[in-house]
Amino acid sequence: MSKCSVGLLALSSLFLSGAAIAQEKIKVGVTATLEGTYTVLGEDGMRGHQTALNVLGKKVGNKELEFIVASTDATPDSAVRAVRKLIEQDKVQILLSPLSGDEGIAVKNFAKTHPELTFINAASGAQETTYVDPAPNFFRYNMDGAQWQVGLGKYAYDEKKYRKIATVGEDYSFIYTQVFGLVLEFCGMGGQVTNRQWVPLGTKDFASVIAALPDDVDAIYLGLGGADAVNFLNQYQQAGGKAHLMGGSIMIDQTILSSKGNAKNALIGTIAASGQADTWEDPGWQKFVKAYQDAFPPNKRFPSPSLLATNYYDSTMALILALRQVNGDLSNNQAKFREALAKIELDAPNGKIKLDSNRQAIGTNFVTEVVDDGKGALFSKVVKVIPNVNQTLGYDPAVFSKIGLPSRTVPECKKY
Amino acid sequence: MSRFVERHPAWALIAIIAIAIVLWMIFAIWPPGLEEAIGRKRVFLNALFNGITLGGLYFLVASGFTLIFGLMRNVNLAHGSLYLFGGYVGYAISASTGSWILSFIVAFILTALVGVLLQVIVFRRMEGQDLRQTMVTIGLSIVFADLMLWACGGDFYQIQTPGWLIGPIELPLITAIKSSGEPVYLRYPLVRLVIFVASVVIGVAMWLALNRTRIGMIVRAGVDDRDILAATGVRIQLVFVAVFAFGAGLAGIAGVVGGTFQSLSPGEDIRFLLASLVVVIVGGMGSIPGAALGALIIGLAEQLGSVYIPTYAIVVTFLIMVLVLAIRPQGLLARR
Repeated sequence: MSKCSVGLLALSSLFLSGAAIAQEKIKVGVTATLEGTYTVLGEDGMRGHQTALNVLGKKVGNKELEFIVASTDATPDSAVRAVRKLIEQDKVQILLSPLSGDEGIAVKNFAKTHPELTFINAASGAQETTYVDPAPNFFRYNMDGAQWQVGLGKYAYDEKKYRKIATVGEDYSFIYTQVFGLVLEFCGMGGQVTNRQWVPLGTKDFASVIAALPDDVDAIYLGLGGADAVNFLNQYQQAGGKAHLMGGSIMIDQTILSSKGNAKNALIGTIAASGQADTWEDPGWQKFVKAYQDAFPPNKRFPSPSLLATNYYDSTMALILALRQVNGDLSNNQAKFREALAKIELDAPNGKIKLDSNRQAIGTNFVTEVVDDGKGALFSKVVKVIPNVNQTLGYDPAVFSKIGLPSRTVPECKKY
Repeated sequence: MSRFVERHPAWALIAIIAIAIVLWMIFAIWPPGLEEAIGRKRVFLNALFNGITLGGLYFLVASGFTLIFGLMRNVNLAHGSLYLFGGYVGYAISASTGSWILSFIVAFILTALVGVLLQVIVFRRMEGQDLRQTMVTIGLSIVFADLMLWACGGDFYQIQTPGWLIGPIELPLITAIKSSGEPVYLRYPLVRLVIFVASVVIGVAMWLALNRTRIGMIVRAGVDDRDILAATGVRIQLVFVAVFAFGAGLAGIAGVVGGTFQSLSPGEDIRFLLASLVVVIVGGMGSIPGAALGALIIGLAEQLGSVYIPTYAIVVTFLIMVLVLAIRPQGLLARR
């Protein structure tokens, strides 16, 4: 009996000491795709996160932020597993998660089962995450895939005079959303999208996909990322492909533009659109690039931050600034903190960001073209900057809701 | 062959008709109706060739696996790790010396050495205990995967294709006739053809070595009855080590091939272990011709599937495996 009570006492003191530590620290769980096809994207996301901590510091009032990182592989179940582990084992109070589209939808749904915690999206960009049945405790400070394509269809139609294009994309929600944005605008101008090919995430052998690309189109749009994009370009080069290319936001990005080998040279001159442009002259952007470059030795980073680094930077920035506004007060199920998050306007490196009523970002978009800097390094050059892009892409919400949710075949190629 | 025709005249007829149709589809110029029904001939030919070349890669991995199984009854579930290890070694060599050929040689030797260590340290200690071997090799494959993740990171690597292999060549196969009457020939990546030819050469060499040499005779005798072979005075343990080393070395070579026309990253080990398991189950455990046939079928199914039924492409290979297990559980070309 006495033994038992001594044991209980020891145990409870252990818990108490744990609680005492938790009072001084705010625990934040971070997930990134550090395995699988999108490994490189996850690694650079974490660099962006680290850059934000270097710039802003980890102190909130008298409390210290503690970050715990968990790895995922871009599948929804891996993301939920990682988030669950962070909540149940590491007892985090805030989550900075996840990176990839399908993960985002799964984590948003999971967020509803933990209304007492707050979720800040790290980088995922599927439309459904915040557009359909949004979770009240899920905030997204990056635009979705469709917003990131705004301006591309018009530029391709007006300036490049493309009339017929075909698309190749990975078969999951983020790329559906990207193609959604592209098709809406390009077909709205009068262009045609003749063929949409979908390949599983993690495809290694693209030879047959490349062979099936149509010849009678003006350009081919590539919605691929990470290892898939590099594999595609490598085999595209081996097959002697010469078509005009257009790129999605993670296709034309430092994760691909600075990959090893010379297959990436097929991308020179490719037009794309994204939430950032490598060569933008805005002082805020240049300052961020400098901070990123100073934070890591040249062989441990890209020449310039990727879209993922920027997104992780922005979401970490929102987290820290909002926490500082409420002085780290997470009482009453984090109500004050959430209010601050919803209201905050970020002066982010890639343009001003504010949230709409679904807690989805309204931000700035960039149309870009890939250029060679003369020393063999590739960068995305700004062609056009489009501010204030909202989730309905400037459409009337009623019209927008009739288009349907992004999928393999939605939207149809017509003017809505 | 003639015995097969005598015993199964109906099946032989179906096979001959199928081969004739495929040959016609390869060499003839497609009528417009056919092009409308199943797409352009260029797409079909490419998918067909890709399937065959991918089959060549699968054969390289699976033949080592099936050889080891056939002789020693070892189910080596760390075979995928040997593949990935060979690939990483090949990348390191080709990145530091710039020689593609040298990377094959070094990858073969180093993976063969790992194979020798596996055989001497692990398998010899638990001969004849199938379950223990299986468990230990699963464990080893997890340990190897983590070691390689620690050493090489989660990044993806691509072995640089040598300059003379980059780009396509024209094959004397007409895919279409232009409106001007000029024929359009099939353009196909040279590197894949070279890799396919190399795997055919290795396959034929293996078959000859097994069927025409003294060592091959010993190995075949060992496959049939190990104990009697040992009783005749052959140093069976030496044969085991040699075969294991060779099988592992083949996996290493396959790693370099895979790293050249695909890419290397964590997770590839499991993918290729699974692929070689499916290949040997379809072809028949322990049979080299079976591995060749299985690899061809799986490669073709994957590539034709990805073009003609993209949504269900992943399922096709497993459907084939299920069918084979249901109709001919010992595998298509198994002897017993």
